[in-house]
This record gives sequence, structure tokens and C-alpha cells, in this order.
Amino acid sequence: MIKAVLVLNTEGKPRLAKFYQFQSVEKQHEAIRNVFSVLCCRPEHVSNFVDAESFFGPDSRLVYKHFATLYFMFIFDSSENELAMLDLIQVFVETLDKCFRNVCELDIVFNYSKMHTILDEIILGGQVLETSSNEVMKAIEEISRLESASNAINLVPKSVSGWRSR
Amino acid sequence: MAGSSIMENLFQRTLEDLIKGLRLQLIGESTFISNATEEIRREVKSTDQHTKSIALQKLSYLSAVHAVDMSWACFHVVEVMSSSKFAHKRIGYHAASQSFNDNTPVLLLITNQLRKDLSSTNHFEVSLALDLLSRIATLDLARDLTPEVFKLLSTARVFIRKKAIAVVLRVFDKYPDAVRVCFKRLVENLESSDPQVVTAVIGVFCELAAKDPGSYLPLAPEFYRILVDSKNNWVLIKVLKVFAKLAPLEPRLGKRIVEPVCDHMGRSGAKSLVFECVRTVLTSLSDYESAVKLAVEKVRELLVDQDPNLRYLGLQALSVATPEHLWAVIENKEAVVKSLSDDDSNIKIESLRLLMAMVSESHVADISRVLLNYALKSDPEFSNQILGSILTTCCRNVYEIVVDFDWYVSLLGEMAMIPNCQKGEEIETQLVDIGMRVKDARMQLVRVGRDLLIDPALLGNVHLHRILCAAAWIAGEYVEVAANPFELMDALLQPRTSLLPPSIRAVYINSAFKILIFCLDCYILQNEGSASWYSDNLAGGQSDLLSVKNDTEAAELATCEGSNDEQHEDFNPRNATESSEDLSVKNDIDRVATHGQASTPPTVLGKKNSMHESIVSLLNRIELIFGPLIANQDVEVLERAQNLLSLVQLIKEEIIDNLVQSVVDIANKKVTRVTAIINLLRDAFTTELGPVSTSAQGRIVVPDGLVLKENLDDLQAMCGDIELPSSSSFGTGVPHLTTTSDTSSSNLLKNEESGPLKESTSLIEHRKRHELYYLPSEKSEIVSDEYPPAKKDKKRANQTKPRLALVRLDDGDVAPISVKRPEPRDDSLSGAIKDVLLRSETGPCMSGSSRSKNHGHSHTKERRHRGKEKIVEGEEHDQREKKKSGHCRGRRKTHQRAKSPVNVVSHTPVIPDFLL
Repeated sequence: MIKAVLVLNTEGKPRLAKFYQFQSVEKQHEAIRNVFSVLCCRPEHVSNFVDAESFFGPDSRLVYKHFATLYFMFIFDSSENELAMLDLIQVFVETLDKCFRNVCELDIVFNYSKMHTILDEIILGGQVLETSSNEVMKAIEEISRLESASNAINLVPKSVSGWRSR
Repeated sequence: MAGSSIMENLFQRTLEDLIKGLRLQLIGESTFISNATEEIRREVKSTDQHTKSIALQKLSYLSAVHAVDMSWACFHVVEVMSSSKFAHKRIGYHAASQSFNDNTPVLLLITNQLRKDLSSTNHFEVSLALDLLSRIATLDLARDLTPEVFKLLSTARVFIRKKAIAVVLRVFDKYPDAVRVCFKRLVENLESSDPQVVTAVIGVFCELAAKDPGSYLPLAPEFYRILVDSKNNWVLIKVLKVFAKLAPLEPRLGKRIVEPVCDHMGRSGAKSLVFECVRTVLTSLSDYESAVKLAVEKVRELLVDQDPNLRYLGLQALSVATPEHLWAVIENKEAVVKSLSDDDSNIKIESLRLLMAMVSESHVADISRVLLNYALKSDPEFSNQILGSILTTCCRNVYEIVVDFDWYVSLLGEMAMIPNCQKGEEIETQLVDIGMRVKDARMQLVRVGRDLLIDPALLGNVHLHRILCAAAWIAGEYVEVAANPFELMDALLQPRTSLLPPSIRAVYINSAFKILIFCLDCYILQNEGSASWYSDNLAGGQSDLLSVKNDTEAAELATCEGSNDEQHEDFNPRNATESSEDLSVKNDIDRVATHGQASTPPTVLGKKNSMHESIVSLLNRIELIFGPLIANQDVEVLERAQNLLSLVQLIKEEIIDNLVQSVVDIANKKVTRVTAIINLLRDAFTTELGPVSTSAQGRIVVPDGLVLKENLDDLQAMCGDIELPSSSSFGTGVPHLTTTSDTSSSNLLKNEESGPLKESTSLIEHRKRHELYYLPSEKSEIVSDEYPPAKKDKKRANQTKPRLALVRLDDGDVAPISVKRPEPRDDSLSGAIKDVLLRSETGPCMSGSSRSKNHGHSHTKERRHRGKEKIVEGEEHDQREKKKSGHCRGRRKTHQRAKSPVNVVSHTPVIPDFLL
């Protein structure tokens, strides 16, 4: 089971934080700070594993990938495979890349809601649901169209409707 | 109203505006956030759905990214969730999944909304509801929404079905009775041809099996089919994890799966799958030699891979293999040792653990040598981890793997000298511990201690202070095996010892005391030997035998005088006196040896003078170094320094007086008071210290008749009372004694009579007071009877000591670890699953209709067996069956009737053997 998904930048600012086991806001941010203090000390070209028991309780491991200015990390228990989790980070990043075309930190900063929607199509309740970025893209595109249609309806003023009926 | 709504809508700041504003803040971010939060508090109260939704979206963002509390907005979340517009609904659901938990007060309000959305024709709305349910489902929500989830488990829309499957895990966890409704359908999804569905359902079973594997053993054939047929790596990894849990419970299962697991391990190009196969084999199939060998080959490939992730996992796999297949670790020893030099701290730590697992008594020295070299050139943190690992491994089970203690003591000394070493406390503990346990190692301990003590540079290293403390203690305690006591004394008297903290300085002073006593004792022995020689000379050529005889006589005289002094001062009980006599006999032997060494006539006088000068010089040096310490602020340092200096003063007076006396006078001089004092102190220090068991205190037997009260309030009353009330209290206790009343009365009377006689002495009064309270006088007699057994124990220990190189206490040195029983697991989920599985296995069904009928039928029967209370429910089921059968054709009715006997037979709760 996946316990949390975090995306931090290289200054430790959270860009995405999703916890699948409830923790208070204070504890969440304490965990984020602790994780970052470990990651920022790790050099390049070393393994992407961190023991997360001191942050997330027993049976917790963390894998991360470092892309440009961002750290993507999954925290999970022994029901998950470490290399598979690294692959899943790759799927997540690939999906973001397809959505935003050459994704960078700014895209993530300004697309908070879309980020969560993408992640929700990959993981539900801490369980891996979809491992194909193409399938995720299909769902995201449908959701976007649905939202656009919903917003378009909202934009029609009532006065215009009244005029048309008259 | 319409105009107002449009106005709010047009001018409200969006989430994007909020983010832009935040990014512009350099130092005023917290103020900006506070203002934004206040703005949101106003906006979220708007009756316009769009305004409210945007406000909630901004609040969710601030909560997730800037730790802003949003629990106050839970009611508004419910409102937004119920919006008919998907864009708004999504915002509400996201806010709920982020902030709702078991304690959220409005959870009851969302039950109907969730039910409605779970039934929506818009599958993205269903998706939102399922996602929320997977995050926040409570017992109430799970119970109320189980029917909806049940329906979705078989919906044709794969997009929805896979999510419903994932939600089941949370529903089962919160509401175990849901198993009776949904489990069968969950199992059916294992047979789906859609990879997304199988991915979801095998993931659920992986989580369920991790908690309670035994319940899912009957599903092994389904898992086996997936293991053999699936091409999806994600699915295979999960099913391997399931089997890793199931295989240890059923030996035949392991036998069946070992072949397909090896196939995947051998053929798959996916590293993640190969690693999972390796892990499964090493944890759950370790009895199958060929599988283990293949796994170890794969591990070797991982160990030499360029990817540090794979190298790390390879080391992890070896760690898993260590308990049962240590040969695999030894086989890859070179790769493990090489990993100690890796840049990755993860890899270094893992390889260090593996090396320590390989350690045995035959090559602990080799491995320690390798590790010490790595410690010398590693960063401080890893260097200390290496040292800590060596220390922990070598002292395990009372130094079980250490054969050569001289080597180990030297190793401890080398560790102390490693730069960045911060293991001073542990090294200190082990040095002292070995000194007490391994007599043969004491000489080496003193050598190592000497090397540490004489180096003035070490005194400035705070990390070494504890080690120097141990070295000082060892030098003092085992000075008799030292090559040069004066050198040790010089080391303890270095001016730079002022850099030590008071607690360690105190140990230095105490050790100096012990060494001084040893030196003085040698000096006295030498004088006596010299006196004997002069006597021989004066007598005109006596034989050596006569000299020995004279020495013996002198010893006897000293012993007699010692006894007299002890009796006179009345400090020691008889046992102590006997012990002293034993020690005196031992010292006689030492004296004879000393005499032999000093018997060369031409050098006697010269040597005597040299010794004399050394002693005088030593005494002066002690005064110089320790003199200022009598004004020290630390009471431990102050008192020890004062004691030592007082003794030095006494001795100096005696020795200076000796200078003016003639040789003949010395020969005839009686043993002085100072000599007696030195002998006493030497005897005191000669008592050997041994290790103390952690359960030693518990072995003291509580005297018969003594009632230990938990509440000590009586002590307060006793302290405040005069003598008479104490006596009354004792009198009150009389009825509780088991002895005859006559004896008790006699003792009481005796105590009363003796009271006035001893009243004048405060010490006597104190003893009487305590005796009256703690022990009746008759009990003290019983206590005295226990002395002989203790004495016997001591003698026995002394007799066995020469035979044992290592002192180990019978009841173990380590405090017994209290094994905590695992807390009783909540069996409701397990019971429910077993119940469902037993019924689901009652026989194959020919048609859907038949299956449904059989299900109801066996259900009814089982309920009848459960008891009278279930009859009503059973009747309901009967009626339901009757209604259903009304729709069936005549031929089917006959068929169903024919099925009945089979159901009855198969009702017996026998778990079928699926694997044969």
C-alpha cells in the first residue's frame, strides 16, 4: 500500500502532497520537512531509497526520483516492490509530460487541481490502479472536456436566457 | 440578486491569481496567506455555487501546500460536493478527501450524497465518490454503502469496476460483515480477462493476505493460474507477494509454485519482477535448493550492476538469505567487502551488516582488520557505524566469538586511536568488563591501558575521556601485573590530566591511590628482606633456608598482629578475619618470591636506596599534582585527593624518620602503625571484583516472617515516634508471627529488659529501633545461619576460577527480555472470510439460477444451526427462495430438488485439498 505521494522542489517547497492515511496538517508538514532534510543531503548517482520509518511509522520505505528542480517520491510499505514504485514514478512523470508538453516546475505550480486528478487516476486509496500513461491520458482528457462543458454552461448569464425565451 | 452574483463572480480572485500573488511575496508570505484565508472565509459563505467552489479550491491549495487549517470549512465542503456541476463537485470531493477523517462531524451528512453519486450515470462522478470512500470510509459509511459497492463490483464499465474493487479493501477493514456481501464477487473478478481489473483485485488480495494469510489459502488455485498465465509484471509481482505469505503455511503449495517462480526468475527481463522472485524464494521457498541457487545467481548479477538501486537491492536480498543460507553471503564476500567503499551510504550500511553476519570465531580477526582499515579512511559517520558494529558483534552473548582476548583487547585499543572515534563509552564498558571476566587478559589490558595513559595528546580529546577512564581503572585494579608501576603513576600524574572532567579525574586519583599502596607494599617487603639479609650476615653465614624460615616467622608475626588489631578495633566479623588469613597466606608466597629476587648481597644496599628515592620522589610528585585538588569544587575529586594526601603525609613522616636510623635499629624495629595501615589497604584492594548479575538483587531471599509493605507510610510515623510507641508497634505485630506465643512473649520481655541498659548509646539505640521494626531478635538467629552457605559459595567459586578463562554467571548476564505476546488480533474479518469461503466451496453450480438458490439454501441451513435467534431470519430466506422458484420452469424445479441431498452432504466443514 502506498502511504503518501510527495512532490517537492529543491528548496523543500511542497508542490504536491497527498496522504492516503490521514494525518493532521501539522504532522504532514513535519514529515515533509524531515523527508527533505534527508533528500537534500543525498548526492547524485546513489540509490534512490530512503528508510522512512522515522517519518511515517513502522514498515515504511521511500523511493524518489530527482528531475530538474523537483523530487518525486512515493512512501509505501512492504506490500509494494521498490523497483515497481520507481517505475510508477516514471509513469506519473511521463503522464505529466504528455499533459503539459515538456513539463517543468511552473506547470506543476499552476496546475494544482490537474495534478491531483492525474494522480487519482493512477492511485486510489493507496493502491495502484493504472500503470499505463496512455490510459491515464484518456481519462484526463475526458474529465477536462466534462469540466469545460460544465463551466461553459455556467457562463451563460440569466438575462441572456430570459431574452432568448422572450 | 442576479447582479450581485455576477459581480462576485467577475471580481473573485481565482486559484491562479492566488498562486501568482504568493509567488510575488518575498518576505510577506505569511501575511499574504492570512489575508487570503480571511478573504476565503468570506467568499465561502456566498450563496453562489461558483464563488463558493473557487473559495474552497483556494483553501484546499493553502492547506496542502502551506499547512493552513481547513477543518472549519467541513460544512461548506458538503455543500460543494452536492453541486450538480461536475467542476464544482470535483472541488468539493477533493477538499473532503484531503481534510475529512473519522472525527469530522458532518460525515453523516454525506451518506446520501455518496449513494447518489455512486449510482450516477456519469462514471466520473462515480469515480469521485469511490475515491473519497477509499480515503475516509467509516464503519457507518461502509455499512450503509456496501450495497452500492456490491453492484459496482460487476458493472460492465471497467473504469468503474477497478475502482470499486480497490475500495473494497477499505470497506472490509471498517465493516468486516461486508465480506458476506462482496467477497464472492471480488473472487470472481480474479478470473477477469481485463488486465486493469486483475491488477486491482490482485492488489487487494495482496493487502488482505499480508494481514491474515491463512484465510486465503483456499484461493491458491486462482492465484496459481494467474502466476502461470499472466504476462503483466505488476500482477505477477503482487501474486508473488501473496504466495510469499501463503507458502510458509502449506508445504505442498511451495512445491507447486517453485517451478513457475523459477521460470519467471530465469526468463523475465524486468528487474523488478526478477527481484521479487528472488525475495519470494529466499523468504518462503528456502527449502528448495535449486531455486535458492538460481536466486543467488541473480543476486550476484544485481551486486555487480552499474545501477546503485540494483546493487542495494542485491545486498538486501543477501540480508534476507542470511539466516538460512549464510553460504550465499560468504560466496559473495568479495562483492560485499567492495561495497564498503561505495559512495552510497545505503549500500555501505547494508554491506556492513552483511559482513557482521558472516563473522565467526574463526575469522573475526580478519574481518575486524578489514573493517578497521575502512574505518580509518571513511567519513566520521560511517566510521563510527563500523566501530559500533564490531563492538556489538564481538560482545554478543558474552564474547562468544572471541577466542583470543589479548587480540581483542589490542583491537579495542586500536579503535580508541582511530580519528573521529565516538564509541568511548562502549569501549570503556568492554575494557572493564573483560578485566573482570578474563583473568588471563589482564596483562594485555594493562599494556593497552598504559599505552593510552602515557600519551598526553589524548587527554585533550573529549571522545577519549571515557576510554582513559577505563584505562586508569584497569591500571589501578590490576597493577600487580604491570611491568612498571612507576610509569603508570607518572601517566596518572601528568599535568594535563586537569583537562579531564571531574568524574574521570576522580577515577585517576583512586587508581593512583591503589598503585601507591602497591608500590609501598613492595617497598616494605624489600625492607624486610634486607633486614633478614643483615641478620644472616651478623650471625656469621647462615644458609638461605634459615633466611626463608626467618621470613616466615616475620610473616606469622605480622599476621598475628594484624589479627590482634582487627579484634581490638572490632570492625570486622569473624568471616572477614578468616578471609584475611587466606589472603595473608597467598601474600606469604609473594613475599618469598620477592625475597628471592632481592637476595643478591652486593646490590642490596644500592637497590634499597634506589627504591627509597623512588618512593620519596613519588610521594613528592603526588603532593605537587594533587595538592591543589583539595580545593576542588567537585566533592568526589576533593575527598579522594584529601584521603590520598593525608596518607602521603603519614608515610613521608615515617620514611624520613627511617633515614636517621641505623641498619641495626631497622632490623630490630617493630612493625609500625603506618605499615599496618598499608597492609590493611593492600588487603582491601586485593579483594577481586567480579561481574554482577543483573538479577543479583532478586536472588536475596526475603527473611521468613518479614512482610514487605508496598505503602511505607509507617516509616514516617516511626521516625516521629519515641521509643515506647515503636515497642507498642512491635507488640502489635506479635500475633502475626508463626512461632508459639510463649516464645514471642519471652522475646518481647527480653527486649524490654535490655532496653534501659543500652539506652545510653545512640548507635545501639539505632540498631534496636531498626531491629524492633524490621526483624524480631529471634529472626536474627535465623539470618546468622545463612552465613555459612554464602561462605561455601565463595569458596566454590574460588576453586573453579582457575579452570575457567571467562567468568559467566549461571543465570545469565543479560537481563531477561520479557517476551510480549502478540495482542489478540481482531478476528471478525478473518472469521467472515472463512465463513464465506466454506460456503462458496460447497459445490459447483450448473447455472446462475441454481447457484443463487443453493447459496440461499445452505445459508438457511447454517443459520438454523447457529441457534434459536436466527430462525426468523431463516424463515425470511425461505420465503425469498419460494418467491424465486415460482418463476422457474417445472424441469428446473425437479433439478433443484434433486440437488438437495448433495448440499446436505457438502455442508460438512472440510477444507478440500486443492493442490492434489
